[in-house]
Amino acid sequence: MSQGSPLVVKVDGVTKVYGQGETAVHALRGVSLEIAQGEFVAIMGASGSGKTTLMNILGCLDIPTAGDYWIRNLNVAELDEEQLSVVRSQLIGFVFQSFNLIPRTSAAQNVELPLAYQGVSLSERRKRAIKALESVGLGDRSRHEPQELSGGQQQRVAIARALVTNPAMVLADEPTGALDTQSTKEILELLHKINETGSTVIVITHEEEVARAARRMIRLRDGQVVEDTTWVA
Amino acid sequence: MGGLGLREVWRFASRGITANRMRSSLTVLGVLIGVSSVIVLTAVGNGSALAVKQGIEKLGTNSILVMSSGGGGRFSRGANSNAKGLTLADAKALNDPIKAPDVKTAAPILNASGTCTYGNLSSTPQNITGTWASYFEASNSPIDKGYYWSNDDVVAGRPVVIIGTTVATDLFGTDSPLNQVIRCHGQSVTVVGVMKSKGSTGGFQDADSIVIAPITFVQRSMSGYGSLSQIQVEATSASTTTAAMDEVTAIMSAQHKIKAGANADYRVLNQASILASSTTSSHTLTVLLAAIAAISLLVGGIGITNIMLVSVTERTREIGIRKAIGAPKSAILTQFLIEAMLLSLLGGISGVALGVGISHFTVLGVKPVVSLTSVLLAFIVSALVGLIFGGWPANRAASLRPIEALRYE
Repeated sequence: MSQGSPLVVKVDGVTKVYGQGETAVHALRGVSLEIAQGEFVAIMGASGSGKTTLMNILGCLDIPTAGDYWIRNLNVAELDEEQLSVVRSQLIGFVFQSFNLIPRTSAAQNVELPLAYQGVSLSERRKRAIKALESVGLGDRSRHEPQELSGGQQQRVAIARALVTNPAMVLADEPTGALDTQSTKEILELLHKINETGSTVIVITHEEEVARAARRMIRLRDGQVVEDTTWVA
Repeated sequence: MGGLGLREVWRFASRGITANRMRSSLTVLGVLIGVSSVIVLTAVGNGSALAVKQGIEKLGTNSILVMSSGGGGRFSRGANSNAKGLTLADAKALNDPIKAPDVKTAAPILNASGTCTYGNLSSTPQNITGTWASYFEASNSPIDKGYYWSNDDVVAGRPVVIIGTTVATDLFGTDSPLNQVIRCHGQSVTVVGVMKSKGSTGGFQDADSIVIAPITFVQRSMSGYGSLSQIQVEATSASTTTAAMDEVTAIMSAQHKIKAGANADYRVLNQASILASSTTSSHTLTVLLAAIAAISLLVGGIGITNIMLVSVTERTREIGIRKAIGAPKSAILTQFLIEAMLLSLLGGISGVALGVGISHFTVLGVKPVVSLTSVLLAFIVSALVGLIFGGWPANRAASLRPIEALRYE
């Protein structure tokens, strides 16, 4: 743990309840945690433990029922929808289990997309997208469309898309869940490399192997943090 | 906020359209049919209204016709003992600037029948009309070649005639009939002018099959000195026609000693009143056709809504991804709006082209007249159709919460 680094994420007593009354589901029951700049964190838990809910809240895709969430110095609860889209655009890079690339759109254009929503000029975007694709080892596949790429390659395009904006943190939700062993190894190495360049990486997973790639492991059970371990790799 | 260039949104939107060409082109077809039918149907409505109007205008909008109602013309004597035929005195009385200030001219018409010959060619005009020189003005009869005979010719009863184009073609083909001597009703007459073609005004009557001669000549050598067939009156303008008709009625009643309320032995007819009623009915036709067309445009609009809803549903996940990587609501909204607008404008533009194209042909026996208003209206409406019918699905897409959109399978 990089002591003294500024905080990227501060979650304080966050709860999340779906539904109302007797059918209400308590996905999170008061989670508090802090993640500093440059950390590589794995959030673990069985299905139903609340880890996906936590990931959605961290990614500003969902809002907590109660409790506070600061990303950098911004209190997310005080932001409106337009401001949230700016936070997602500038501070967060997403990597999903199912890749979530836009179909019938080339790798380079997929990677460019977050920059387009930031208003970066076309030539600048193109340059940065190619650079990001090169950094994930896909410099020669920039014109390929998602359906022409393997799962591992698609996930690397998704990582390039998450990296291209230089976000404060990369949020990866089961990034290797749909991949074979070899691709899993490559993706984990890639996440490691990204973390070494100074980016905060948060991986949500239920696989021990993936969690071992991180330097800190937060385990959730029934919507609460039950373990928070940091180790030196 | 967002700062996404319009060009970028445009690119996303056009990709959305080209991604499913079949569906997009069917949607465009719906709008295309709507827009082109608006243009063609209103053009057909306008065209038929114009055709009717022109037909009547050829007779002259200022024209008033006085006819005998006792049997008419040469045969009136004996047919109705009380009825007096129309006389030259009636015609003279109508040319009264004090009693009839709204009457420009009034000319007697005495029709005779007979065949005209030139060499071994012959033509049987529908009428050999004897009248005054003022007839040409009163009946809206412009001359094409030659000149009008004058009132001097009327006074002297000279055998000079002006012929219609049908008679001219029958007797002379493409040669000039001017100053040629033809025989009509057994009399030698000199052709001094040819009337401009009036065209057929309605089936059974050919307005160009006519020979016009000084009334004195016709009376002397063809019909005798009986009562007139008609009196042709011209009002000073289209707007004074009604006033002129009242004046004509008053003078005729005085001439024929008709007491107020009694049955008159003459009738006063006016082209303007026929024109007015026919304009109303053809206007109704245009409105009816436009309404049908508007309905088809509406159906096209519903087609857009349908396709955009499908497109939004199908791309819910994509919307979620875009939102997750930072697309603001406005960018999603604009993307889907432009997509809908693009579809409807494509349909609008091709619909205008098709509609204007079809309107160059004769549709259902009518030469359509495209009005710029209908083109503009159809085009603007098609753009609005995209905006309105695409707006709801677009707003639905933009308002999706990213988390729900991402979960959508």
